[in-house]
Amino acid sequence: MFDDFFSRALIGGFGVAVVAGPLGCFIIWRRLAYFGDTLSHSALLGVAIALLLELNITLSVFIVSVLVALMLLLLQKRASLSSDALLGLLAHSVLAIGLVVLAFMTWVRVDLMGFLFGDILAITTVDLALIWGGGAVVLAFLAKIWRALFAATVSYDLALAEGNKPDQVNLLFMVLMAAVIAVSMKIVGVLLITALLIIPAAAARRFATSPEQMAVIAIILGIVSVYIGLNGSLEFDTPAGPSIVVAALACFVLSVLPVNILRKRTGRSQKNLKDPDVGVS
Amino acid sequence: MTVDRGEIVTLIGPNGSGKSTTAKMALGVVAADEGVTKRKDKLHAKYVPQKLKLNHNLPLSVTRFLRLTDSADKVQIDAALRATETEHLAAAQMSNLSGGEFQRVMLARAILNSPEFLVLDEPVQGVDYNGEIMLYKLIEDIRDSLNCGILLISHDLHIVMSKTDRVICLNGHVCCSGTPAKVASSQEFKSLFGDRAASGLALYEHHHDHEHLPDGSIRTDKRTKTQNNVSSKNLVSNDVDEANENV
Repeated sequence: MFDDFFSRALIGGFGVAVVAGPLGCFIIWRRLAYFGDTLSHSALLGVAIALLLELNITLSVFIVSVLVALMLLLLQKRASLSSDALLGLLAHSVLAIGLVVLAFMTWVRVDLMGFLFGDILAITTVDLALIWGGGAVVLAFLAKIWRALFAATVSYDLALAEGNKPDQVNLLFMVLMAAVIAVSMKIVGVLLITALLIIPAAAARRFATSPEQMAVIAIILGIVSVYIGLNGSLEFDTPAGPSIVVAALACFVLSVLPVNILRKRTGRSQKNLKDPDVGVS
Repeated sequence: MTVDRGEIVTLIGPNGSGKSTTAKMALGVVAADEGVTKRKDKLHAKYVPQKLKLNHNLPLSVTRFLRLTDSADKVQIDAALRATETEHLAAAQMSNLSGGEFQRVMLARAILNSPEFLVLDEPVQGVDYNGEIMLYKLIEDIRDSLNCGILLISHDLHIVMSKTDRVICLNGHVCCSGTPAKVASSQEFKSLFGDRAASGLALYEHHHDHEHLPDGSIRTDKRTKTQNNVSSKNLVSNDVDEANENV
């Protein structure tokens, strides 16, 4: 079934949704939406460097994203500017540099739209292996640091005081984010990765009574969005990435709408769920 | 300054005198600019920070919050909730708690799994009067039953002075320290808090042999304080030039 470009896209998209769900929750909990943008914008520079040096694009995007994340950490420690100003500065500078470098390379023909909005046609079986292999590694690491990362999300001081290592897990979290951006770029494109991370998690917030539950629901909603989005994109001949994001948005809108019904249901699920720790951790 | 097992050491002092910073140094959250902090190896410490602002996007039940840094089974969690009279909140979301309930849950989380060392930074802020007495009594009970060292920060001079083994009065430096009676009678304490604070302490001594119940009745406290073998081993010692620590 991997011969069919559409099933490849679906399977790739599902893989992305599975890793994007839990990480997206952390982005929401930590108010890091703009940080996600900054990393994904740096992906384009990664693409440019990959084409220039004839590297694997995913690998190059991953490395550039990690470097940008480290640069941000360094700037936050050194510079007197606030984090949001630094993020704005980094995000758009890196995007601009990426575009300029691409424009200079007149000898390569680049489908810019493909990188900006995703290109399902371009997904190869190698990409699929990367998405699922890389995704499995990301999830394994995330499961390992889950408790410590969550404690550090609630309170850095508290986590540090009680024997966790919040600096280490925060750094690892940034690396995991970079990895997710690298593997999901082909599905949704540079400009919309943050949306795929945030929207399913935001839609899941309403149904969840524990962090682990929210991550699982975000994964499910992400998979639903990918399925609907890709089918819609095939049906109406729309770009894949934006279609997926629109489908995710529809999920979010639905999650907000029927207020009373949902209240009742979360109340009941709270009772049924004796152990809220069941799930990812 | 040192905190031993089975000992309640209280930091008092005006705003900005370095109480919270000292507590964070004891926990290793803040590095000392001068001097050293020595902690027992693998110290099981719990911390109730002065401020903990939770993002309302966090779906976090009280039970899950208790397990934030420690794994615990239902029995342990129930025990911690019972001790702070918050059993009815076990399934509640943290974001729906009132200020006083929140503080009680914070305390419940701190006493879970019998810590060796507790740092409580204004643990009863926003708790009603009866609750406050109850929580201070609980803190004393925890010390007695778990034999753990407690570093307490409080503005409530009356209660602090009656429940504490040692008081350290900070104002950028160690102003005075010693037993509550000694500190209360010292000149530095009087100049920092005024004569009324010192005289108020005597008043309180009569208070704590009975308890005012919510319905207005009075319950005498028959509990006898158990004597503990206080180990001589220091849990934490902050050997710091206090004058340079309030940065």
